[in-house]
Amino acid sequence: MSHSVELHQVGMTFGQTRAVGDVSFTVEGGEFFSILGPSGCGKTTILRMIAGFLTPSEGQIVIGGRDMAGLGPDQRPTAMIFQSLALFPLMTVWENIAFGLEARGVSKAERRKRADELLKLIALEGFGERMPGELSGGQRQRVAIARALAVEPQVLLLDEPLSALDLKLRQHMRAELRALQKRTGVTFIYITHDQSEALAMSDRIAVMSAGVLQQVGAPRELYDNPATSFVASFVGETNALAGKVTSLASGIATVETSLGAMHGKAGPGVAAGQAARLYVRPEALVVSAKGGDNRLDATVERIDFEGAFALAHGRLDDGSELVASISSTKLSDAPSIGARASFAFDRRHAVVLADG
Amino acid sequence: MAELYRRFGGGLATIFLALVLLWIAGMVLAPNVMMIDYALRPNLPPAQIGGPNDVYSLDNVLYLANEAVHRSIFFKTIWASAFVAFATFVVCYPLAYWLAQHATPGQTAVALIALTIPFWVNEVLRTLAWYILLAFRGPLNALLLSIGLIDEPVRWYGNGGVLAGMIYAYILFMLFPIYNAVESLEKAQIEAARDLGASTWRIHWRVVMPHAKAGIATGCVFTFMLAAGSYVAPALLGAPGSRWFTQIIYNWFFEGGDWNRGAAYALVLLVLCLAVVLVTLKLARVNLTDVAK
Repeated sequence: MSHSVELHQVGMTFGQTRAVGDVSFTVEGGEFFSILGPSGCGKTTILRMIAGFLTPSEGQIVIGGRDMAGLGPDQRPTAMIFQSLALFPLMTVWENIAFGLEARGVSKAERRKRADELLKLIALEGFGERMPGELSGGQRQRVAIARALAVEPQVLLLDEPLSALDLKLRQHMRAELRALQKRTGVTFIYITHDQSEALAMSDRIAVMSAGVLQQVGAPRELYDNPATSFVASFVGETNALAGKVTSLASGIATVETSLGAMHGKAGPGVAAGQAARLYVRPEALVVSAKGGDNRLDATVERIDFEGAFALAHGRLDDGSELVASISSTKLSDAPSIGARASFAFDRRHAVVLADG
Repeated sequence: MAELYRRFGGGLATIFLALVLLWIAGMVLAPNVMMIDYALRPNLPPAQIGGPNDVYSLDNVLYLANEAVHRSIFFKTIWASAFVAFATFVVCYPLAYWLAQHATPGQTAVALIALTIPFWVNEVLRTLAWYILLAFRGPLNALLLSIGLIDEPVRWYGNGGVLAGMIYAYILFMLFPIYNAVESLEKAQIEAARDLGASTWRIHWRVVMPHAKAGIATGCVFTFMLAAGSYVAPALLGAPGSRWFTQIIYNWFFEGGDWNRGAAYALVLLVLCLAVVLVTLKLARVNLTDVAK
């Protein structure tokens, strides 16, 4: 079992700027853990603190039960994959992979053997003598992973390593990274601003905003039960209806909006009388539904065909927009553009969260 | 050439070309051809110039080969210049690395201004400043005596003085090429090497220096050539034991009155310097155009 990583009230201040404040979470050994947030939210700062490139202003980082205070990046059981990959362009692929072993004084024959094993692991056998510049983006990506794995880290830290790849390759590498993580059993901490990447790969995700940890949970949990309005709107697409909580009963909150009373699951800390928003996903909205208590009448403005589904944009009577997704197979039943239609949703598929 | 004409049109391009040719012919070819001509002729009284004795020969070069003192000064100049280049590199590399990778923009500006301002002063005056600093009863000896590091004044003039004066004079020629080269190194590569457990020494040897190789070679070549051709520093800061080959050449021209032998000596120095430079660049696998950049 590889090492767990614990953060206890970690904070980081650069000059006057509070980059990260009071972040605590635990990554289990062997877990694929993502830190998700928009750029500038402090996720890279957290990763660099775990790696040992930055010393937290406060708090404690514990890896495998050991406090990491005072240990440099070379003394920690972590290895980092940089956003730019940072392969050494003047060394061959195998020298790149074996660089960590070279630094540890391993003999050349042994290094070469280990590099060949790793090249096999990343399916690049026979590429050892090439230079990194001669490889494709995806191959370089894999070499960077092999180089990090060569030092047998307990924890692999990945700083948006797929961001430079094109979409198709990125999707392919997602699956490959996931498989590699399962095979090696190494704890992965993965930084990304791409929520679909995080949802597809991770065992659990920490969502960050403006240096503050918003929520930690499994992908489904974040998606279905966001704890804050930031998580609700950042993770996946959503529609928000503003209003005021009028009543709260057995986990269901009623929100009085300008379009009438709506019901949804009450999020954490929601109380009657609060200003709140009701969030409902496009796929939870049923267009042209009859009956039901959560119903919104809108004019269909346009329908964007996306392939597997289409997005119907409706204009509500208060002027705000509502987006519903319609499966492509059901598209023939969709209302025509310019027509009035009702968008309905089940109260179990909507979440009510306090504003703020 | 075609590109030049396409961009600037016939008239302007022809003027450019003519200027370049004039420069090459007047500033490069003519002096060197004249020097070669002088070097290969014997030193004759004016009446015999053009006479039967005025024939080309290698006598002047052979004179150097057979003159043990001059020969040893020649080789000493070569290796001492190489040592100056090395010592300047040792001084400049850490500074260049710090400036390029660690210094804040403010620190870089202050450091670069501090390094550049002395170069607004003429080289002779700067060397004179060292002449004063290193004098037997000068400030350096006074300082070292007052803090008790030495018991009696040291005679700095000589090898030590020449080395100090030259390192000081050529620091920018080494610093800027290395600075430029190191600055283009992505910081993540240094971090990656460190993260993989490499020592500081190994990071420099395996990552930073290979990346900065062209800059280092350029700086070394500049410094070597300047040092080998230097006259002021050895003349002012040297001692009889630290004579530089340029001083011998100077003596042939202005004291010995034998321009032909002086030209031959200068030619040998030029050829050997070129050889050293080309071999260095070949070893570092850097070509001359990289250096020119």
